[in-house]
Amino acid sequence: MDYSVKVMDHFSNPRNMGCIENCDGVGEVGNAKCGDIMKIFLKVEEDRIVDVKFQTFGCGAAIASSSMATELIKGKTLKEAWQLSNKAVAEALDGLPPIKMHCSMLAEEAIHEAINDYLQKKGLEPWTE
Amino acid sequence: MDNSATTPVRKEVVEEMLPYLTENFGNPSSIYELGKTSKHAVEKARKRVADAIGAEENEIYFTSGGTESDNWAVKGIAFANRNRGKHIITSSIEHHAVLHACAWLEGQGFDVTYLPVDRYGMVSPEDLKNAIRDDTILISIMLANNEIGTIQPVEEIGKIARENRIFFHTDAVQAIGHIPVDVKRMNIDLLSLSGHKFEGPKGCGALYIRKGTKIEALLHGGAQERKRRAGTENVPSIVGLGKAIELATDELKEENKTLLEIRERLIEGLLKIPKTHLNGHPTERLANNVNVTFEYIEGESLLLLLNAKGIFASSGSACNSTSLEPSHVLIACGVPHEIVHGSLRLSLGRMNTLEDVDRVLEVLPEIVQKLRNMSPLTPQEYRNL
Repeated sequence: MDYSVKVMDHFSNPRNMGCIENCDGVGEVGNAKCGDIMKIFLKVEEDRIVDVKFQTFGCGAAIASSSMATELIKGKTLKEAWQLSNKAVAEALDGLPPIKMHCSMLAEEAIHEAINDYLQKKGLEPWTE
Repeated sequence: MDNSATTPVRKEVVEEMLPYLTENFGNPSSIYELGKTSKHAVEKARKRVADAIGAEENEIYFTSGGTESDNWAVKGIAFANRNRGKHIITSSIEHHAVLHACAWLEGQGFDVTYLPVDRYGMVSPEDLKNAIRDDTILISIMLANNEIGTIQPVEEIGKIARENRIFFHTDAVQAIGHIPVDVKRMNIDLLSLSGHKFEGPKGCGALYIRKGTKIEALLHGGAQERKRRAGTENVPSIVGLGKAIELATDELKEENKTLLEIRERLIEGLLKIPKTHLNGHPTERLANNVNVTFEYIEGESLLLLLNAKGIFASSGSACNSTSLEPSHVLIACGVPHEIVHGSLRLSLGRMNTLEDVDRVLEVLPEIVQKLRNMSPLTPQEYRNL
């Protein structure tokens, strides 16, 4: 697989790997049948993501995408984090092979799930695209 | 440890090939001395292949590799015999070269039965008998599987084919050099083999076609290969293939003994890792093949981490294939999708040692644990061990 140096770095030394006990929002997307699952945990204070962790079952691109995505949303407001596109994740990784772009999509979706989970827990309306 | 994918070309084979890449560059069809030298080299290789599988020289045809041999056998027999029937029987675990050729033939008006396999990947001769119709013209079942190493009951299959007067083709690409092959004894009518799987060069293989078999050509053109497979012969590679197959079959017994010891040490060590399962038959398997699945993790990430430690292997994970499809072989064996993605194939070669196994066993448990700690699927009791 033709992975960039950045992808290999985030794969071998993933940032923010783990889980958050008593997290404020959690999002899980993908399925084991397809070979890709991403789970994102959020700790939110006053609309800002103060901590984020991920767990991923998947290939090099999936793990790297999770790692980079969590780095990019740490410290951001929920609104800012919602705006994070899969393209931005892929660009931050210096590109992904075309066949692996769907992994960055999964990261974007997992973040949306986690944010909506937080909103619903707070009794608020979930966001849509 | 990926010898089932390919093997390095053996030193003796390279030496044998070199003159045909340099001073002996003649076209075997040419009338002058340089051509004759090449012609003789090709015929010498042909005899070596024939001897290796118990066939006659005029039953051996050189091709560009296993894929061409498989395509030629399946399509060639189908089209040559379509007035007798349109039904083909194969297995669900064949190499894609056979499966996709069969799928293409279905589009051309043929019927194909894909026999199921048991959890070890074994075809049942009973299932085969029951699948035979009046219009069955071809049975194609591989001698040994490339992913899980399972060895099929080929002699029994050949007998059934012979009794029903149906052509029997076997893809022996992984079997050559590991299983003694005798096409007469095994009632085989067509057999595919490929050089780069037994320390020969890539891009060169052969198809054995039993004398008297009606088969259409795939490649039309010149009169090479008894007018059955056109194209200037790949002399250096054919020479290499001949030398390689001679060495592989001569050393088969000794080699298997060594490989078995290494394989068993590897399997034993791998199965000590919790939630690990062996794929393929426990005993009826190629001496060089190890295929396991690790629950809760994915294969491509496993391979990348192994690669970083200088260990090269392959996996049946969808993420690792260009088609994004998981291994059809493991699926056919009934391995659940989620677990198929966590598969690892380690295939040994002549250069592997017990030290290599120890190195793998030293490194792998840590890698599996690293990925398990990262996975949302891992139950608490298997984290952070």
